[in-house]
Amino acid sequence: MLAYTIRRILSLIPVLLGLSLIVFFMIRAIPGDPAQIILGQLATKEAVAELTKQLGLDQPWFVQYFTYLGGLFTGDLGESIKTKSAISEEIWPYLAATLELSFCAIAIAIFVGVNAGIISAWYQNSWFDYIAMVLALIGVSMPIFWLGLMEQWVFAINLDWLPTSGREEVRNPISSITNIYMIDTLIQGRFDQLWDVIKHLILPSVALATIPMAIIARITRSSMLEVMRSDYIRTARAKGLRMFWVVYKHSLKNAIIPVLTVIGLQTGLLLGGAILTETVFSWPGMGRYIVDAISARDYPVIQSGILVIAFIFVMINLIVDLLYAAIDPRIKYN
Amino acid sequence: MELSMNKNPQKPIVPEEDKAVSPWLEAWRSFRKNKLAIIGTSIVLFFIIMAIFAPLIAPSGINDQALDKRLLSPSSEHWFGTDDFGRDIFSRVIFGARISLWVGFLAVMGSLVVGSLLGILAGYYGKWVDTIISRVFDIMLAFPSILLAIAIVAVLGPSLRNALIAIAVINIPNFGRLIRSRVLSVKQEEYIVAARAVGMKNSRILFRHVLPNSMAPIIVQGTLAIATAIIEAAALSFLGLGAEAPNPEWGKMLSDARPLLTQAPWTMFFPGIAIMLTVLGFNLMGDGLRDALDPRMKN
Repeated sequence: MLAYTIRRILSLIPVLLGLSLIVFFMIRAIPGDPAQIILGQLATKEAVAELTKQLGLDQPWFVQYFTYLGGLFTGDLGESIKTKSAISEEIWPYLAATLELSFCAIAIAIFVGVNAGIISAWYQNSWFDYIAMVLALIGVSMPIFWLGLMEQWVFAINLDWLPTSGREEVRNPISSITNIYMIDTLIQGRFDQLWDVIKHLILPSVALATIPMAIIARITRSSMLEVMRSDYIRTARAKGLRMFWVVYKHSLKNAIIPVLTVIGLQTGLLLGGAILTETVFSWPGMGRYIVDAISARDYPVIQSGILVIAFIFVMINLIVDLLYAAIDPRIKYN
Repeated sequence: MELSMNKNPQKPIVPEEDKAVSPWLEAWRSFRKNKLAIIGTSIVLFFIIMAIFAPLIAPSGINDQALDKRLLSPSSEHWFGTDDFGRDIFSRVIFGARISLWVGFLAVMGSLVVGSLLGILAGYYGKWVDTIISRVFDIMLAFPSILLAIAIVAVLGPSLRNALIAIAVINIPNFGRLIRSRVLSVKQEEYIVAARAVGMKNSRILFRHVLPNSMAPIIVQGTLAIATAIIEAAALSFLGLGAEAPNPEWGKMLSDARPLLTQAPWTMFFPGIAIMLTVLGFNLMGDGLRDALDPRMKN
């Protein structure tokens, strides 16, 4: 296991170098003079020259790349052209907002998806099974930004149960410590604010959870059906064990492996989906950070934002891979 | 596959009419029996017909503005209502089918052609060619796909054409990997060894034998990829990185409808339903094709 872990981590090196290389060349791939395009047609020659120097575009590319890579190792993500502050300092609140949203979404997706899949397999061909699987089919095909808009229309505008957008009540602002508001409000014992935070989280996380939920439900169902046909399950039932334990203890344990693969994959994809959800719900996360930077042509922010999300994606995949080996002793890595 | 006992040794197990049936005909027979696949195909055909005959079906043009008819709710005159420029949403949704289907189809064709070429090179020639191509695929797949698409559009500049290019690029590794693994397995087959033994050239082996024998998974993956491409194109346009006004691209229509959510919710209902139905259609059709063409790919 240790050898596998080390090998798996080492195999990340070329991928991470490749990521940094792609992100590095992004700014150089802009057709024309990047500095001129960032500043616009009306910029003076001096301003263009200064930005060219600031971005390091006046040096040969390999010098620039190694400077950039060296910076990354020391946690330097560059400087935002718009705000003039260090990206590594200003990025955390956005990243925290995205992580909080993604965590809630994947929690909902796993809880609802796994249970719906289990019940569907348990009562195979029942009306619950049919409805759940039709919903899962529709869920997979759902544009989540549209679902988000529909949620806003129904639950925020018509029923007025939940807030339309944002992360907190404007009149009752949260004093942030970690920038993960659920933790912050808990630390400060502000349960009124915690309730606010949860209310703001519900609509965007449900929208973001839809696709993974549907996929997890389908995989759990088919995986459970396969396991529930096996001999040891028949034995468990024959000895008079309650169906609940047969399903949740005996079957689930063996059915969960393929589900885990999908959960890992979906957690990563969720980060991409978060960009869309955040736009719909004006959620101040990484998605907003990157999309706003695109309209402001703030390329260092775009580069770093993309790099950070891709890095997290790679790390999640690593953790999931290592988890398999830990959970399923049948998996041997040579 | 179920094996039944042959109770009457005089009578062949295979019924007469099934003799010498081509694999494609066999696949079509199994596809025809799959109800969901037929529903999916019908939805896709419905949208294709709608796209082709859009000028005949749509009551007005995509940009016919009538300022006295702004934000009218759905009625017998305007089935889907009108938007803030007084344009008929029904007509715009119909014309939007052209854009979404086009973008989906072209982007997938692009990634299919490039992905297949790279996959064939990697799988057939192996060694360093394979190492380089496979590593590039790994790196591309290390990005959440929509993020990579956003990065590409950020570099090229927002437009529908650049969104299409971005979607084509992000799907290349999916096809590349698929073809590579097919080539690796087909390469071992005896008829390929035989072809090489009689002195057939590599290119001829690749295009006459390897590629045709990889068609089934390509068709399946291609159909499912069109579904994803349509959603991705709509997503990019929704973010303001794809289609520009007055293009009736469905994602763009949704982003225009956002400020009108309270006032005129119908402006957002119909483009969204159109995206969902088209994507659902391609997904159902793709699932059905997979079951019919390549049962091994199931799950």
